[in-house]
Amino acid sequence: MASTNPLPSNPLAFKKKKLTGRSLRSNLTGYAFISPFVIGFLCFTLIPMIISLYLSFTKYNLFAPPKWIGFDNYIKMFSNDPKYLHSLKVTLLYVFIGVPLRLTFALFVAMILNTKSRMIGAYRTTYYLPSIIGGSVAVSIMWRNIFSDTGIINGMLGFFGLGPVSWFGNPSAALIMLITLSVWQFGSSMLIFLAGLKNIPGEMYEAASVDGAGFFRKFFKITMPLLSSVILFNLVMQTISAFMTFVPAYIISKGEGGPMDGTMLYSLYLFRQAFMFNNMGYASAMAWVMLLLVGIMTGILFKSSKSWVFYESEGGK
Amino acid sequence: MAKMKLKWPLYHILIGGLAIIMLYPILWMIMSSFKESRLVFVTAQHLLPDPWVWGNYAKGWEGIAGYSFGVFIKNSLIIVVVATLGAVVSSSLVAFGFARNKFVGHGLWFGIMMMTLMLPSDVVLVPQYIIYAKLEWLDSIKPIVVPQFFGVPFFIFLMLQFIRTIPVELDEAATIDGCGKFGLYFRIILPLIRPSMATAAIFSFYWRWEDLLGPVLYLNSPSKYTVSMGLKMFLDSESVSNWGPMFAMSVLSLAPVMIIFFIFQKQIVEGISTSGLKG
Repeated sequence: MASTNPLPSNPLAFKKKKLTGRSLRSNLTGYAFISPFVIGFLCFTLIPMIISLYLSFTKYNLFAPPKWIGFDNYIKMFSNDPKYLHSLKVTLLYVFIGVPLRLTFALFVAMILNTKSRMIGAYRTTYYLPSIIGGSVAVSIMWRNIFSDTGIINGMLGFFGLGPVSWFGNPSAALIMLITLSVWQFGSSMLIFLAGLKNIPGEMYEAASVDGAGFFRKFFKITMPLLSSVILFNLVMQTISAFMTFVPAYIISKGEGGPMDGTMLYSLYLFRQAFMFNNMGYASAMAWVMLLLVGIMTGILFKSSKSWVFYESEGGK
Repeated sequence: MAKMKLKWPLYHILIGGLAIIMLYPILWMIMSSFKESRLVFVTAQHLLPDPWVWGNYAKGWEGIAGYSFGVFIKNSLIIVVVATLGAVVSSSLVAFGFARNKFVGHGLWFGIMMMTLMLPSDVVLVPQYIIYAKLEWLDSIKPIVVPQFFGVPFFIFLMLQFIRTIPVELDEAATIDGCGKFGLYFRIILPLIRPSMATAAIFSFYWRWEDLLGPVLYLNSPSKYTVSMGLKMFLDSESVSNWGPMFAMSVLSLAPVMIIFFIFQKQIVEGISTSGLKG
């Protein structure tokens, strides 16, 4: 399991040793090599974060100096900005429906592809392609158009005697459109699952078969536990990136977040506040609430993982 | 194995059918780019164009707002090349620093790097914009490419994993032969981690080529627009008459991405599977 476990198993390839006289030089060389990252982190991450935290307590429009207003931005968000609360709701729906669907799909396809057929390589490539191009403007334009009133999705629904659905006239339909686009890109999670599945020894399944275990029993007693750390990792990374989804919402709604704010994802609303209305302070406060939310969700996932993630070193084999 | 015991033909019908459904939208867009604009939605249910027209590509290439699509492609390429070069070289230095050097604070900085990997970039969006505005970097590619020269956590991690597979004895032998740390990096490690550098370069190409937020925020004059921005302009002026050209240029913008994908798919797939990362 260890070799492809995506979580860093041991950040230090070697354990700390007592520092000796040579240590100053080796310290300097070490820092010289990692200096690009250290400088970049300070200039492009840490200092901006401090500025952002400060701005979140101010009213700032880029032209006049920031004006300290205490917690007003945060209070406004939750008591005096229905659009913000709506965008938060839309985003949470997007994350909590989209991510589980995407991962379920990814796991399902990974299990089907986990055989030794010669065609697997071709299938794997095909399923992964949408993940590679998915972030592009071209794909969002494509998605916008296949969901248009006379597009192929409505044509397909018509074939089954359904619809047509006005995907751009109804906020929930528009959100479904965004979620399907996200599920369509299940390929990268699928690859990670596939790598995890390859690490489960085949003898385990054979032994279970001999004992008379069926498909579901094998799935829940062998596959799920042995894959749980990979699932956790996928959940965390996908949740974070889903929370930050911007391009599809921006392109599909032409920057407006419509219809009726149905596609007003958090990042899009933040972008509009900051760069269309010049509410830099308010946008900074929004960013910090987002960081907090992502932090809490990640924390819950890791905390809960103690009860469902199986670590080989602890558990029986 | 817990594989589903399906009969061979059924298996391929199921899994191949799903693959076709997934690719159908892309196929539809490619085919639509050869249809007359006014027919795109009238004949949306027919995949094949009738008649086939090539004019959409010529008309799309003329571009928008007086700038040919060639200008947007050139602008995108400049950003991609500069950013990728910076990202790959700086990340390899940092990866070597973490993998083969002992120093105080090693664990701390490694931890910080793993944290930034998960940090939502929205948090630094506003302040970064303000900083770049103060530096008078707006309407230039600097805000997009310069940060790439300071190591990209995903690439650092990718290369780090790769360096770990190289036996330390190699380093020791080189050191005995009088090789310094930089020589070690340049002569021993760098040639050996080329595959992971190629993987990083491919991802960097994808991310910069497809990037929209950076150009939207930082490039204001149409002469500096990238391919993503050009497509967005097409969309903003969307009308019945330009569906064909818009699809044609969308297809064109995906072409390099798909070509690189099909050539290097093995490397890409392995990069994802072994590092287990992808934003």
